[in-house]
Amino acid sequence: MDVSFFPEFDFVRIFIEPWRNPAAAAWNGQVILMGLFICWSCGVLGSFIVVRRMALMGDAISHGILPGLAIAFLFTGSLALGPMWIGACLAGLACSYCIEWLHLHTPLRQDAALGLVFTSFFALGVTLISLQAGHVDLHPDCILYGEIGFVPLAPSLHIGEVDLGNRALWTMGGVCALILGAVLIFFRHLLVSSFDATLARSMGIRVRRVHFGLMLGLALATVASLESVGVILVVAMLVFPSVTASFFFARLSSLVWATFPLGVAYSVGGFHLAQWLDCSLAGAMATFAGLLFIPCCLFGPLDGIFWKLRNRSNNKQRY
Amino acid sequence: MSLDVGNLRAKRGLSLVSAILIGCGIMILIPQVLFAEQIRGAESMKLFDRATRFFEMRDQSVRVVVLGSILIGLSCGMIGSFVVTRRLSLFGDTLSHAVLPGIAMGFLWAESKNNLALLIGATLAGFLGVACISFLQKFTKIRQDSALGIVLSGFYAVGICMLTRIQKMDYGNQSGLDSYLFGQVSALSSNDLLGICVSLLLIALFITLNYKELLISGFDPEYARSVRLPGDALQYLLWGLLAFCVISSLQVIGVILASALLIIPAASASLLAKRMSSYLWMAASLGAVSGFGGAFLSFLGERLPTGPLIVLKASFLFLLILIFRPHDGVLVNWIKSRWQGHRIAMENTLKAIYQVIESHNFSETSIRMDELMQRRNLGSGGCLKEVNRLTRSGYATSSLDQNSSTGLLPEKRVSLTPKGWEYACRIVRNHRLWELYLTNEARYAPDHVHEDAEKIEHVLGEETVRQLERILSNPRQDPHGKLIPSLVDIERGWLGSKNLSG
Repeated sequence: MDVSFFPEFDFVRIFIEPWRNPAAAAWNGQVILMGLFICWSCGVLGSFIVVRRMALMGDAISHGILPGLAIAFLFTGSLALGPMWIGACLAGLACSYCIEWLHLHTPLRQDAALGLVFTSFFALGVTLISLQAGHVDLHPDCILYGEIGFVPLAPSLHIGEVDLGNRALWTMGGVCALILGAVLIFFRHLLVSSFDATLARSMGIRVRRVHFGLMLGLALATVASLESVGVILVVAMLVFPSVTASFFFARLSSLVWATFPLGVAYSVGGFHLAQWLDCSLAGAMATFAGLLFIPCCLFGPLDGIFWKLRNRSNNKQRY
Repeated sequence: MSLDVGNLRAKRGLSLVSAILIGCGIMILIPQVLFAEQIRGAESMKLFDRATRFFEMRDQSVRVVVLGSILIGLSCGMIGSFVVTRRLSLFGDTLSHAVLPGIAMGFLWAESKNNLALLIGATLAGFLGVACISFLQKFTKIRQDSALGIVLSGFYAVGICMLTRIQKMDYGNQSGLDSYLFGQVSALSSNDLLGICVSLLLIALFITLNYKELLISGFDPEYARSVRLPGDALQYLLWGLLAFCVISSLQVIGVILASALLIIPAASASLLAKRMSSYLWMAASLGAVSGFGGAFLSFLGERLPTGPLIVLKASFLFLLILIFRPHDGVLVNWIKSRWQGHRIAMENTLKAIYQVIESHNFSETSIRMDELMQRRNLGSGGCLKEVNRLTRSGYATSSLDQNSSTGLLPEKRVSLTPKGWEYACRIVRNHRLWELYLTNEARYAPDHVHEDAEKIEHVLGEETVRQLERILSNPRQDPHGKLIPSLVDIERGWLGSKNLSG
């Protein structure tokens, strides 16, 4: 083996090199911006999803959209954006509807229903894709891995004569803006229906609609990020920001706000981690989120493990 | 639940012996399967030829694949039934994702795709993941689903980082690592098969030895604690076995779908089974059937992946059970509700006929179709359908009016048979008795009772009606001043000739 797994830590190569010349800076800036959009949109949705105890729903939906993509591809024969979006959103909604139907109409518990539905959907998707042999464009691997480093390679978005720049970035930015706007408008609805569905119903909030809206947002974010990133970042970003922030803040609105600085930290930190290790950028961003979670969980002022253990030993001494 | 120790021990000994016998049988079978004659070739065959070739089982690879899939189905189904009843479904999913860094680590350690190294790495990572989950749950207030999500995505992300790093380092033979994502049955070796066998044996042993304890601690943890069962130890043992089972099935199904075989057969069995023992058998056999079916289907196609097909087969079986199960199945429920709908429509029509006759002061025995249409609020087609249904059931007869000039449908006349008359009286009686009960006893306003009675008239049983009569002391009139047809009236068959009371 001529290369060790951990390359030498070279400060200049990792932190200075990417930003030295304008071309490289523009390239890397796009990558970081993409990560930022995903972190923000998924993190904001994730705060509500974690409160609703559906943290693994993100995993489920992001796997469940695969048959939608495959069928859209089967019908149109191209990787055009429109049909893919429609297919994925429909499949995501169908997935969450099936989970809810099974939960309500059979004795199955929600976790079993969730595990059952999304694995079935995913298996269907993989089979459909491998049935159309010869088309290597759509491969399940790339959906799971993705490579955010190729974001700048995405085709440009043209409106008329004007070249607006990167298409993937614009899509993700649009979805991010949509999700943030929707959350801003419907914050009260989301808040009440997440904590107390009965109260929400008595206030005239359509709880089911809010639920499906949340799922739709999740599907949108997943599809938008699929093109370049892969599901792992989506799944990680749903859980990590709000759980990490919960060691500092107790209010839901603070958790949502905390997503923004955390998103910056994740994407910038993950980018440089990937620069160092020369590995998948999305994976590195999620890994960085995990690494950041550990000290917060140990030393966070709110219910951190370290303080708890110290209190406990103090109490023991006192008695 | 009594813990009869002597009896239990005897039973346990018996099941232990049988489990060991089965295990030995499988162990003996494997080499015979592996070293039998081998037929290769035949690149592109017809579908039928492929199917016959599959069932002849003369191919060694086919035998390995089939055996592996069936054994995995068995063990996953068995342990899955405990997973599903203990609400650990997503635990398996998390575990299967969490082994990815372990696989990468094993690869780095052995510097090639050595199955044993990968297995050891995966086992270590799996147990580390389990430890993380229980640590998070014990020391923080993070809820279970979030803890699972954290471990799943954190470990998986690390695994992806390592795998992509490995791809960029200079190893020639890392190509096989991809097969762990979706499984690759064709790469199944005799060692893998042995591993699968061992995990099946361990699971069977564990379950037969601890069946009663598992049952008690799973369904009634409080009671288990009160009789001093080591619930935590059992839980950790179960988790460990779960991890072992997932890891041994990785080669066939892959990381992402490994949890599916744990959940789906057990979930399908839970729709059918009433007792844990039958549940276990059903889940195991469903798992085995889906393993076999998936292997067969993937053999039919050119380059179909086995793992997803096994999962699809399992979910197909689930769908079948969901639709066709005898009680509460989708089909049974649909038929029931349809039948119910027909009965209610028929009863409403009978009631409408009674009301029309009543509006003529019981002077005529038959009514015109247009009156019925008006009362029932139906078009001529719908009304004719209702009347035809009544005629077929022997509740009514329809004839043409003698004075009819046109012979059109609205001029047809409908009359009730004695049987139909009795039925109609009963429904009207139910309706009016209930209205009276609501006004007199429940103090409803008289104009609020009709809607409720419309619904309840179809479901009031004989006994409830008798009770209502007793409470209301055999009334003759409902709150709107109309006659409540009594049993005597019904038995006499005809109200019309009699004078109305009051």
